[in-house]
Amino acid sequence: MALTIKDVEHVAKLARLGLSEEEKTTLVDQLSKIFGYMEVLNKIDTKGVLPTSHALPMKNVFRQDKAIPFNNTDEILANGPEVEKRMFKVPKILD
Amino acid sequence: MSKYESVIGLEIHAQLLTESKIFCSCSTTFGNEPNRNICPVCTGQPGVLPVLNKKVVEFAIKTALALHCQIAPYSIFARKQYFYPDLPKDFQISQYELPLATNGYVEINVNGNTRCIRIHRIHLEEDAGKLVHAGSDRIQGSTYSLVDFNRTGVPLMEIVSEPDMATPEEARAYVQEIAALLKSLGVCDAKMEEGSLRCDGNVSIRPVGDKNLGTKTEVKNVNSTKALKDALDAEIVRQIKAVDAGERIIQETRHFNENTGQTISLRSKEEAHDYRYFPEPDLVPLEVSKEWIDEIKQGIGELPAEKIKRYVEQFGIKTEDVETILESPGMAEFFEGAIRLYGKPQIVANWLTGEISAYLNAKKLEIKNSKLKISTLVGMLALIDKGTISGKIAKEVIVKMLDTGKSAEEIVKESGATQISDEGELIKAIQEVIKNNPKPVQDYKDGKKASITFLVGQVMKVTKGRAKPDLVNKLLEKELS
Ligand SMILES: [Zn+2]
Repeated sequence: MALTIKDVEHVAKLARLGLSEEEKTTLVDQLSKIFGYMEVLNKIDTKGVLPTSHALPMKNVFRQDKAIPFNNTDEILANGPEVEKRMFKVPKILD
Repeated sequence: MSKYESVIGLEIHAQLLTESKIFCSCSTTFGNEPNRNICPVCTGQPGVLPVLNKKVVEFAIKTALALHCQIAPYSIFARKQYFYPDLPKDFQISQYELPLATNGYVEINVNGNTRCIRIHRIHLEEDAGKLVHAGSDRIQGSTYSLVDFNRTGVPLMEIVSEPDMATPEEARAYVQEIAALLKSLGVCDAKMEEGSLRCDGNVSIRPVGDKNLGTKTEVKNVNSTKALKDALDAEIVRQIKAVDAGERIIQETRHFNENTGQTISLRSKEEAHDYRYFPEPDLVPLEVSKEWIDEIKQGIGELPAEKIKRYVEQFGIKTEDVETILESPGMAEFFEGAIRLYGKPQIVANWLTGEISAYLNAKKLEIKNSKLKISTLVGMLALIDKGTISGKIAKEVIVKMLDTGKSAEEIVKESGATQISDEGELIKAIQEVIKNNPKPVQDYKDGKKASITFLVGQVMKVTKGRAKPDLVNKLLEKELS
């Protein structure tokens, strides 16, 4: 299945990516190739094979419910471009 | 509702009462300084790994069992991707395909009818952060916003019903039932006003008898069961008006404005939701064994529906009284304690659901934090039985007991509110009433026996309720003959 510029624009919008026209053209080509791999995979007979969502044969990794404070919250706050009253400042949400 | 009927389904988000967050060890304590309960995991720093809190799973299994759901032997987590400032990772870890539990039901009571509401699914996810809007008290008109991630990663359990409710009243009863259930399981404190239980309503209308569902809208922003009912009522009226005017209902999210009583469209620029869910690679699959389920099953105490049934059968008290008792935290224990000491369940229930509930509700108190003790309540009931105080006086006494923590005996002694047992004193009062009410007295003598009720009432008034009505009646008859 070949992708169109429109598909790329839609996915870019969902991912909040601003793409130049040149990048869009490149991505149409690259993403179409990736879709091509999927089409190859689709041809494989998977009858009797259980679907999986994970590559590792692991299950049930848990933590006990115990609160342990993280002591360097200031450094996390320092990652924000602007902080006010210990909160991250963000531009207005609705126009 | 004339030629249309409404169809309602609800999504409930319940914050689980764990000590730590769902995927990291941050505390879930509410009310801390902003961004104090945060760490690299819940703020989505690069290279971190979420690890599932076992208790969260146990709480969800407990709930699923109580709601008669099928618990999936195998379930997985997924990333739900969207962009909003309260979501630091730009995706929420949730469950999409393969949720933890499906296909349950709960029974609700509305106006004496029992209805079965099916549960579509129960899944686990993480809560988002909190936004504080600057320059306005809400998002509209604000100049910028501040983000507090303390709530980010607090465990949420989403309970999705089937569209099985026919009226806003049923929707309200459903939420009340689920809230009571979660509270009694100890998995959520279910306070809608505080946001520990949130509810969105999906509602549509269709011509009565039609089998197809109409286009639904999603009603948000309700913080009480009453607001939910009001919001759904308003939205149904709006949809009927629109359809009658030949308009088409658009599938959209609408906010309820409690001040205007209307729902308003959130016609934001949001395009059709495309969350691009995919399996969360950082969390391994969850497998729930039969043994684990059995172990949790044994830890579940008596559920509200079972308790209601038992109270009605064992104690013979009215269903609505049981519901009132169970709604109030700690009242069931108080009720059972009082019955062990005193017996007479319906009398105890009447006091608990009447004067005592009124007092506690007005003061926003729970019975276990009030000054009333099981022993003092029983002491007061004994005084009524002995005839020391009348039921009417007792209603004043109980308020003083709740105010001061004193026993009924002390209060009665202090106020001299005991019943008048001295017949001489009563006869004096009766004679006064006879003198001041010639007309009813004449009526009585002319054969209108019913007018004695009025005279008894007058005597009670003169004695400030301290007389025993049956004794007054007897003495009055004697005086008038
Ligand atoms: Zn954390």
